[in-house]
Amino acid sequence: MSVVEEERHTGQRFRWLWLFVLAALIVSIFVGRYPTPYFMPPSCLWRDELARRLVLHLRFPRILTAFLMGMALSAAGAVMQIIFRNPLVCSGFLGVSQGAAFGAAFSIIFLSSSPMMIELSAVGFAFSALVVSYLLAWNIRYGDWVLRLVLAGIICSALFSSGVGVLKYLADPLRELPDIVFWLMGGLWAVTWRDFLYVFPIVTVSLLVIYLMRWRVNLLALRDDTAFSLGAAPGRERSVVLMAAVSATAVVVAVAGVVGWVGLIVPHVARRIVGADAQKVIPASMLIGGIFSLFCDNLARTLRAGEIPLGIVTSLFGALIFVVMFFRNDLRIHK
Amino acid sequence: MKSTGIISLGGLHFSYNGTQHPVLQDLSLEIPKAAVTAILGPNGSGKTTLLSILLGMLSPQEGTILINGRRREEYSRAAMSQFMGLVPQDEYFPFGFSVWEYVLLGRAPYLGLLERPGEADRIAATDALSKTGLAALRDRLVPSLSGGERQLATVARALAQKPRILLLDEPTSHLDLSNKRHVLRLIRTLAEDGVTIVITTHDPNAAASVADYIVLMRQGRTVAVGATDTTFNSENLSSTYGLPVEVMHVHERPVVLPL
Repeated sequence: MSVVEEERHTGQRFRWLWLFVLAALIVSIFVGRYPTPYFMPPSCLWRDELARRLVLHLRFPRILTAFLMGMALSAAGAVMQIIFRNPLVCSGFLGVSQGAAFGAAFSIIFLSSSPMMIELSAVGFAFSALVVSYLLAWNIRYGDWVLRLVLAGIICSALFSSGVGVLKYLADPLRELPDIVFWLMGGLWAVTWRDFLYVFPIVTVSLLVIYLMRWRVNLLALRDDTAFSLGAAPGRERSVVLMAAVSATAVVVAVAGVVGWVGLIVPHVARRIVGADAQKVIPASMLIGGIFSLFCDNLARTLRAGEIPLGIVTSLFGALIFVVMFFRNDLRIHK
Repeated sequence: MKSTGIISLGGLHFSYNGTQHPVLQDLSLEIPKAAVTAILGPNGSGKTTLLSILLGMLSPQEGTILINGRRREEYSRAAMSQFMGLVPQDEYFPFGFSVWEYVLLGRAPYLGLLERPGEADRIAATDALSKTGLAALRDRLVPSLSGGERQLATVARALAQKPRILLLDEPTSHLDLSNKRHVLRLIRTLAEDGVTIVITTHDPNAAASVADYIVLMRQGRTVAVGATDTTFNSENLSSTYGLPVEVMHVHERPVVLPL
């Protein structure tokens, strides 16, 4: 295939993805439990005042936040898999997810159960986890920088995970524990325009940095001496994209809780569709991640009268997709 | 060795952080232009460290490095990477770039932080692919290539940089005889095209078959430096490897036999 043909081919795939995004966004507006279970006829929007207000004040911010969350987690996952040269790394790596979980549980027990306080505490501890991971990596006396960060991420996640365990043990089993458990399973049931406007600027700036550096990110997958010989500053450039990826993840996790598998599985699906080049994988991951999150969130809020935690739905579908890709040997992972 | 060195090293001294053990000691060298210079020595003799210093990844505690008559520190990182390319011993390919995508990465020194390759970069990458004979494999995934083809892809990526100096770290160490010959021939062709080649190797036969000049190293010091036909002898090699070796000639080419 010539370069021109290949670019046309990739362009076509992206046009399809954009079409799916548009369709997913539009369909999501009409999917829900009100006024009728599963699907709302479009005519309700001008006939039913309550339905219109529900769509405008609850469904819209939730749909946009779900889409943004999927974009953020998937782009962050893609970036981390590339720069850590590790296909099993995901967006919550470096202790970010577990740090946020600890922050949320800490707030529920010791501060307040108000969504705003939980989000602030979650984002604060997510960034603290990142700082701890970096400090650990600086001081580990083994391996190169990438390996030290991987080790530090594992240690930091384990520390905060055990912290969450302690907090669950201390929590009031009737009042606090259910809140903690439900938050840990992830979900967007409490999302309002305020949450969307809080997530939007940080995620947008982070995604813009990642998007603009998407070709350059390829260099960071190579050996450090190769990247250096190609004029890159591997340490500095890795820190810039990592900070963007972690910021996006931390903010999203603070609002949505721990939503697993999105940042792990979506980059693999994107790679299957557009190849391994980061300049295609990153935008494709953003679009597919948005669609995947919307799909899962629609199921979470529609299937039953009560909300199904989003993390359960993403984990179920993520694991199924992963298994299918493994069975078909479609992962395009190499040693 | 000629005094027309494109690389000139004077009194280099290097040891890794916090260690007393010097990896390079009082190393002075002139590496001539448009020729193949092989740095030969046993494992741990400081060959790869020397390449890292030439590349600028490591800085010596003492000594000077002149590249094309200018101090190494005077070059910006972009300018240096347009001037000097690296073919590492092995490369990470975790997600299977195509050969084309991988070779195109060689254009990074000419692109800013947020830029992507354009038409001029595609022409340079196409040229690098044809020079290495990989044009037909451009859509193949790099991890699916044979060892020899993969090494050629790494060379093609470095050639897309349009370097005047090409450093190759153990370029034939994982290759079978046929691929080894292919890569060594390519190295010779590049030197004839005016590229200065510096290879490190612990394989004396590979060095003898391709190099115009030999630098023999042991424990961070040079044992002997000079043209291959005068330097590559039993006495020098025995001192370098610390064991008796015999240099024989087969079809007028030197072959090393450990005794």
